[in-house]
Amino acid sequence: MELYLDLVSPPCRAVYLFAEALKIPFEFKLVDLSAGQQYSEEFGKLSVVKKVPVLKDGSFVLTESTAILEYLVQKCSVADHWFPADLQQRARVNEYLSWQHLNLRSHCSKVFLLRTLYPFVMGSEVPKEKMDAAVEDMKQSLNLLEDKFLQNKPFIVGNKISLADVVAMVEIMQPLGTGVDGFQGRPKLMAWRDRVKKELGEKLFDKTHEAVLNSSGLQQKMQNNSELQKLKPLFIKYFR
Amino acid sequence: MAVELYLDLFSQPCRSVFMFAKKNNIPFEFKKVSLMDGEHYGDDFGKISIIRKVPALRDGDFCLSESIAIMVYLAEKFQTPDFWYPADLQQRARVNEYLSWQHTAIRMQGSKMFWLRLMIPKMIGMEVPKEKMDGALEDLNNSLNLIEEKFLQDRPFIVGDQMSLADLVAIVEIMQPLGAGLDVFDGRPKLSAWRDRVRTFIGEELFDEAHQNILGAQEGMKQIDPSKLELFKPKILRLFL
Repeated sequence: MELYLDLVSPPCRAVYLFAEALKIPFEFKLVDLSAGQQYSEEFGKLSVVKKVPVLKDGSFVLTESTAILEYLVQKCSVADHWFPADLQQRARVNEYLSWQHLNLRSHCSKVFLLRTLYPFVMGSEVPKEKMDAAVEDMKQSLNLLEDKFLQNKPFIVGNKISLADVVAMVEIMQPLGTGVDGFQGRPKLMAWRDRVKKELGEKLFDKTHEAVLNSSGLQQKMQNNSELQKLKPLFIKYFR
Repeated sequence: MAVELYLDLFSQPCRSVFMFAKKNNIPFEFKKVSLMDGEHYGDDFGKISIIRKVPALRDGDFCLSESIAIMVYLAEKFQTPDFWYPADLQQRARVNEYLSWQHTAIRMQGSKMFWLRLMIPKMIGMEVPKEKMDGALEDLNNSLNLIEEKFLQDRPFIVGDQMSLADLVAIVEIMQPLGAGLDVFDGRPKLSAWRDRVRTFIGEELFDEAHQNILGAQEGMKQIDPSKLELFKPKILRLFL
């Protein structure tokens, strides 16, 4: 089984963390986003959507991290708590996985992109108004994460970690390296983060997040990459 | 006690849930939440869901939001036919793949088009810059292209010979811009043929009933008090402009 990944991407980290933590055998195929490799002809043959992560299991090619995670759960026999069979518990995982696309994921990514990609694409720092609005949206999502999804439970579904926690965590980590700390002033989230790290393995978690936390390294890389310079027009859509 | 479904059929995900429940003869109580009147911000609805969005489900003490989670819950609880959410590993993955992709693609772009073409100019009285409109249309077309090239290809439905939740979730989003007078099926025979199959599979009467409000939106706008939308103005501006 092959997983096409770049650990700078949160959904890639979710898939990677899950597969590694559960010792699911796979071949790591790097698709270097800061070199624009997702737009290569070769990758386009694998997936016309041109995004990561992608799973290739024999001739079966699958995109979308939540679909990949559920595929891995269904295919490999993993402990029930990752994606509980119980009707209501499963619904809670599904509810989070659905909600997060246009909320926590979207808002945290936007902050990250405004800090790292915007200057590269637009040639100037992001306007304060835009940045403030993005940070405010992220704050609202984090409030909902705490008040609706976590509440006073150790994990989103209850006493045990599930796919929901992994998918949530990688998104909050995304803008951290750019100086926007979603955990700051939120002791409940910090405690939850520590629990999730422990369940997945702290070394694994830290290793997985190394690249994205090195924000200045990323920006350097982008500036130096001539291929990426050519792709600038494609990135403008993120900011319209 | 019957399941309660909190719905406003102006909302795409509400239409999916409505059609799914009706098609499968799932007994439910239709609890109208009028988005235009801001009922989703009321105290009553706040007790159902602090996310303050529709659709929402209440089954005894259990409250659930997110249309996909709701439909999968109903499918499991009421043991609906397998084709809606196939048990087969790869087929289910294909449904999940579409359901995931669509949030930030067709769902977002179809909604945006509806707001940019109808709601913002007519209700808030703001002129939408041409550049924004063109960008939105381009994004929408790219998504429709992907639906045809990747998700449908030469199959009758997204996963194969039978309809699934993927088609149900897709159709309501693609119908949304029609409510603003943009016929996205124009020049897309493959998509039109698929729409006809979906409408037949669901049942024409049910499909049309679900879409009555949205397709009447342009007319309906003439009768609505624009001051109602003042409430949504800051959020809409941030979302779309």
